[in-house]
Amino acid sequence: MAEFTLPKNSKIHAGRRFSAPAGAKRTREFKVYRWSPDDNENPRTDTYEVDLDSCGPMVLDALIKIKNEIDPTLTFRRSCREGICGSCAMNIDGVNTLACTLAIADCKKNEVPIYPLPHMPVIKDLVPDLTHFYAQYASIQPWIRTESAPPPDRERLQSKEDRAKLDGLYECILCACCTTSCPSYWWNGDRYLGPAVLLQAYRWIVDSRDEDTGARLDDLEDPFKLYRCHTIMNCARTCPKGLNPAKAIAEIKQLMLARQG
Amino acid sequence: MTSAYQITEHNYDMIVVGAGGAGLRATFGLAQKGLQTACITKVFPTRSHTVAAQGGISAALGNMSEDDWRYHFYDTIKGSDWLGDQDAIEYMCREAIPAVIELEHQGVPFSRTEEGKIYQRPFGGMTTKYGEGPAAQRTCAAADRTGHAILHTLYQQSLKHDARFFIEYFALDLIMDADGACRGVLALDMAEGTLHLFRAHGVVLATGGYGRAYFSATSAHTCTGDGGGMALRAGLGLQDMEFVQFHPTGIYGAGCLITEGVRGEGGILRNSTGERFMERYAPNAKDLASRDVVSRSMTIEIREGRGVGPHKDHINLDLTHLDPKDIHEKLPGIAESARIFANVDVEKEPIPVLPTVHYNMGGIPTNYHGEVVQLKNGNPDEVVPGLYSIGEAACVSVHGANRLGSNSLLDLVVFGRAVANRCAETIKPEQRHVRLPGDACDKALANLDRLRNANGGTPTATIRDRMQRTMQNDAAVFRTGETLADGVRKIREIHDSFADVKVSDRSLVWNSDLVETMELQNLLGQALATIVSAENRTESRGAHAREDFPDRDDQQWQKHTLCWVDDDGATRIDYRPVHMYTLDDDVAVVPPKPRVY
Repeated sequence: MAEFTLPKNSKIHAGRRFSAPAGAKRTREFKVYRWSPDDNENPRTDTYEVDLDSCGPMVLDALIKIKNEIDPTLTFRRSCREGICGSCAMNIDGVNTLACTLAIADCKKNEVPIYPLPHMPVIKDLVPDLTHFYAQYASIQPWIRTESAPPPDRERLQSKEDRAKLDGLYECILCACCTTSCPSYWWNGDRYLGPAVLLQAYRWIVDSRDEDTGARLDDLEDPFKLYRCHTIMNCARTCPKGLNPAKAIAEIKQLMLARQG
Repeated sequence: MTSAYQITEHNYDMIVVGAGGAGLRATFGLAQKGLQTACITKVFPTRSHTVAAQGGISAALGNMSEDDWRYHFYDTIKGSDWLGDQDAIEYMCREAIPAVIELEHQGVPFSRTEEGKIYQRPFGGMTTKYGEGPAAQRTCAAADRTGHAILHTLYQQSLKHDARFFIEYFALDLIMDADGACRGVLALDMAEGTLHLFRAHGVVLATGGYGRAYFSATSAHTCTGDGGGMALRAGLGLQDMEFVQFHPTGIYGAGCLITEGVRGEGGILRNSTGERFMERYAPNAKDLASRDVVSRSMTIEIREGRGVGPHKDHINLDLTHLDPKDIHEKLPGIAESARIFANVDVEKEPIPVLPTVHYNMGGIPTNYHGEVVQLKNGNPDEVVPGLYSIGEAACVSVHGANRLGSNSLLDLVVFGRAVANRCAETIKPEQRHVRLPGDACDKALANLDRLRNANGGTPTATIRDRMQRTMQNDAAVFRTGETLADGVRKIREIHDSFADVKVSDRSLVWNSDLVETMELQNLLGQALATIVSAENRTESRGAHAREDFPDRDDQQWQKHTLCWVDDDGATRIDYRPVHMYTLDDDVAVVPPKPRVY
């Protein structure tokens, strides 16, 4: 069997170790991926021992504590800290999720590994470059498209049943946890749209107010954009909001079949 | 100085700073009007804190029962404790109806009534018939994720209108000319570490609030009031900064928001005896009184020993009597938050809550067109040429001394649109930019250079922690002259200690240590303005509750505070009158009267 190794400059070395302050009784170790484009160093993992008695309950609390008290150069995105903005998506304890909603106590490994979202270019430390992901989102023209004019001075009507079809879709926070957990996206991410963007595509296809379903399906009728989904289901397993992008993708495929007659 | 840094220059008609609800509405509105517009934002647009708004957006659509925008106007004035400008409030409440209809047309997934109309729920302080009728159902909701639904829709509309974004660019400073006009903004591209000068005929500050001046806030880590900080450094005064809203129901400990919509749907606040204590404080509105009233009542209950928990230091929010089907349909997001952050199943147990810093009524003073105004040569409404502000960053003032829940999402879209309309009238597309003096960026660059290389003795996080704890202790729900004087002294010291700040990360690529330091600088100026303005106002009004001056004093104090903070932390205070007039005869001015719920 062929053996593959990482190129030399991608190998991750063991980095520095920061011990907990003396007297800390309850500690947990976090092994965090570090890489900066400023030097020519390989990526490394720094290990931080954190005193849990003076730390909030979530993994994000630990990262912020490390940045505030141990190593201000540690770099990661964060904003709302309540699981709605999608900034702090990263790979923690082997799973893509939001650092702000994952409790430290729920991490399984004693030394909790924290890496950036997989298979994306890294800008620095835990900050991935999501430019391509955002461009793919824009490519599906994710806004309401209609031919008929809406009533001038009141809302379009939508039944409760039709509105309920958007549940499980509109809640997506574009954190990219699902897309970057998908092996098919790792392989064909340049052309396969990936679960998050396809979930958004379906959100508009199924909205009773939208009038451009035909064109939306035409745009997805492509061997790569849609059909690289092989129902691996990592997306549904990893979604921190409990959504099921694989189901949305399956619904799109069914609509494709149905319109072939 | 300029020679040491390479600056890339960009020319636009308009620059919007910030991509939350207000910034996005302004950005695509301006683009739609044919003005060359760019939006610079420190976070990807859908990560802005508008995304966390839950309960809804107010508009007197009358979908559930009879309603009138004039009732909304009255409620907003009463909510503001008569500090709101009534011309601006008229504009907002009347425009609310077309603004929400427009959002629906743009695709916001609002919840629906049986008839298929937009679902509306009761919210605090929202009544009918000028306070005489039953509670209004005025707050338009997309379950309890209305901010998320609106922010994503506004970003989608921005994509549709092909608006130009500069994402993860941090705005450093406004570029002002010798005449006091704003000519652009200098920004740092965080990913590349490069500097960019955005020249424009108008700059719109839509940078949000500065909730992170406090230790416990529902606000995101990124709510650092960067626009207010830039305005102070540009020599502009900020308005009504003493008015900081404490939301009654932040999750105890975590501080995450639990929407007022929970009480709108029937949730009840209970003390340690299980009593529904709001009945004693607000016999009519009960749990749906204004936020300042509910937060004070909760604080009194805790102080008098009726708090819950082992330390008797918080209050219970009880939903256990609600139909699980309603919770699932209307409040799914807070059920999730309560589970994650309080380990509570809302169908079985109450949520532990505490009043938590939530919103800044104060900010950059503007008129109802979004134009920034200052007191100059005796004119309280002197427009600062080329500078605009909208959303929480601004003080229009539509919220006065206390904002009503669901009036904030409304403020964003109404004034985001208003500023676009105003600029379309006043700015001709693609005019030539006037020459800037060679030293236009020098002050901003000197500040950046100093902070990049700052090697003092106190890390950013240490100074920030001291500021946040001091604000939390000394500018809280209840205030006294003594604690405020003490707080002013401490915040001045902490402000001075910024000269000794230490930045550890020397890289220019995604240097979040440096960005947090610049954010701290913005917070410090506003923390100082807040506590100095609070010490100065010797009355109680809305969210500003002085125990040593428990009554509202309209004779002395029905006026807006203006506070200037210079680079050395010296402060100066002056005032602007409250606009006690309306735009037309459609609605009459509401004169001050006692505020009872």
